[in-house]
Amino acid sequence: METVQRKKFTASSWLLLVLFAILAVLMLFPLYALFLASLKPASELFRYGLNVRLDFDVMSLDNYRSIFTGKGEAGHYFEWYSNSVIITVLFTLLSLLLSSMVGYGLGMYRFKGRNLIFTLVLIVMMIPVEIILLPLYKLTVSLKLINTVWGVILPFMVAPLPIFFFRQFALGLPKDFMDAGRIDGCTEFGIFFRIMVPLMAPAYGAITILQAMNSWNNFLWPLIVLRTTDKFTLPIGLASFVTPLGSNYEALIAGAVLAILPILILFLFFQRYFIEGLTVGGVKG
Amino acid sequence: MQQQINREPALASKPRNRLANSQHLAPYLFVLPFIISFLLFFAYPLINAIIMSFQSVLPGEVTFVGLDNYRELWNTDFADALYNSSRYTLFTLLLLIPIPLLLAVMLNSKKMPFSNFFRSTLFIPALTSVVVAGVVFRMIFGELDGALMNSFLHLFGISSQRWLYSSELSMFALLVLASWRWIGINILYFLSALQNIPSDLYEAADIDGAGTTTKFMRITVPLLKPITVYVLTISIYGGYAMFTESYMLWAGKPSPQNIGLTIVGYIYQQGFQYFNLGFGSAIGVTLLGITLAVSMLQLILTGMFNKEE
Repeated sequence: METVQRKKFTASSWLLLVLFAILAVLMLFPLYALFLASLKPASELFRYGLNVRLDFDVMSLDNYRSIFTGKGEAGHYFEWYSNSVIITVLFTLLSLLLSSMVGYGLGMYRFKGRNLIFTLVLIVMMIPVEIILLPLYKLTVSLKLINTVWGVILPFMVAPLPIFFFRQFALGLPKDFMDAGRIDGCTEFGIFFRIMVPLMAPAYGAITILQAMNSWNNFLWPLIVLRTTDKFTLPIGLASFVTPLGSNYEALIAGAVLAILPILILFLFFQRYFIEGLTVGGVKG
Repeated sequence: MQQQINREPALASKPRNRLANSQHLAPYLFVLPFIISFLLFFAYPLINAIIMSFQSVLPGEVTFVGLDNYRELWNTDFADALYNSSRYTLFTLLLLIPIPLLLAVMLNSKKMPFSNFFRSTLFIPALTSVVVAGVVFRMIFGELDGALMNSFLHLFGISSQRWLYSSELSMFALLVLASWRWIGINILYFLSALQNIPSDLYEAADIDGAGTTTKFMRITVPLLKPITVYVLTISIYGGYAMFTESYMLWAGKPSPQNIGLTIVGYIYQQGFQYFNLGFGSAIGVTLLGITLAVSMLQLILTGMFNKEE
């Protein structure tokens, strides 16, 4: 065993190792720089720019303290955090329920109009939503959903990519379970919830990550829908710190670190699901 | 209603018909959420966008203006936006397909040590939001001498640059940001496709005496075509829809001489800063035309490659 390992570790292995080590350092460097900056006062940043000098005299947790004690605009930080959590949880749960229903319906049943509906799913997937931004905004205004959580969630809750993914998954589900369920007197929805949903667990895992990440990081639509500071989500709030008037670098940088931290920690534990979830579209490939 | 019908035992003779009916009805109930969402939040706004693009929409005052909005598109702002979005899309394609493909082949190689570790590490930037990435890269490309990119240039004796004030340099910054966030994801797309290639193909090629390059060109590349087409499609889509990256780099302000203006940025500016909804819709419809044209072109091109094979 050992000799095999040693044999495999050739000169080209070393070359690859060095190349990827450099690459990995480059990729992590910006995050490291951000973390380091979060420990320094903003005056340092304005004087020298973003740098990676380790200067223990000026480093402190003051920036984090300013977020937690919440002076001025920074006082909204945890409000934004909880808005983001609420929207992410609601959006993800509804999206999972509805898109798995649709995907299952398209994958399991043969019915008139099935191909038409599937084609429409593909069309929605192919057309950038940015195109309908303005009329969608007008619609949201007339539905009185501006500046609400539902205004952010409803228009994108039934998303095409998850539907597509669940459909692909449902195509592989055992049809005889369905007949067995029917003979046992299960309703069609009973079959779905009691038999099929547990079978689709891996698909739910991937889509949970996909939709939760999309929602947590979503920017353009919440920027349009959410009008008042108390309703902002984390990305909108952070972006409001960089505006020319409200430059609040202490809170901005510490806030940015706190925004990625939970995701990095979750990633360490659920790597496989993250990787599956964020590359869901390639399932056909 | 549906529930009541269904609850009756399946083997009872009389409700058999009704049960069959429910099996006919059930799929429509399953897909109903999509139909509602499609009609209300997609088809209706899309039709509305087309109608509005022929109107001048001011609060309480809507007038039909024919093609005026489209004629107005013939201006330097839109030309800048179109140029920036197209250039950005093209460069992201040139960077974010070949490089991740090559890296994925390396990661998939038997000689690669700690393959899984590197796969995960290169993926980490994909976890950050564009907003956070924008905050970081805005500072990395800061104009001060001490800012990261400038101190890097000093190593080679090059003087400090004002990155976000020049069209070329700021495009470079945008591309670095895009590469940073996307390389890891694209590597994974290619990697999963590579792992699906049966290894006996390579073994057979080995027996026939094929070299590494031949194997790469004759086996790997053709079998990666479907995933490459997919990555190409989402990259074109993402490139033309780019907004947040440039919004963050220039802190929500207009960029000097429009160097950071994108098509979606122009829609945002006209629609939500100038409340020019009619004109903004015309930009949106034009963007729709562009994406459709590019997708068609891509379909034709990839289809043609198909015939050659």
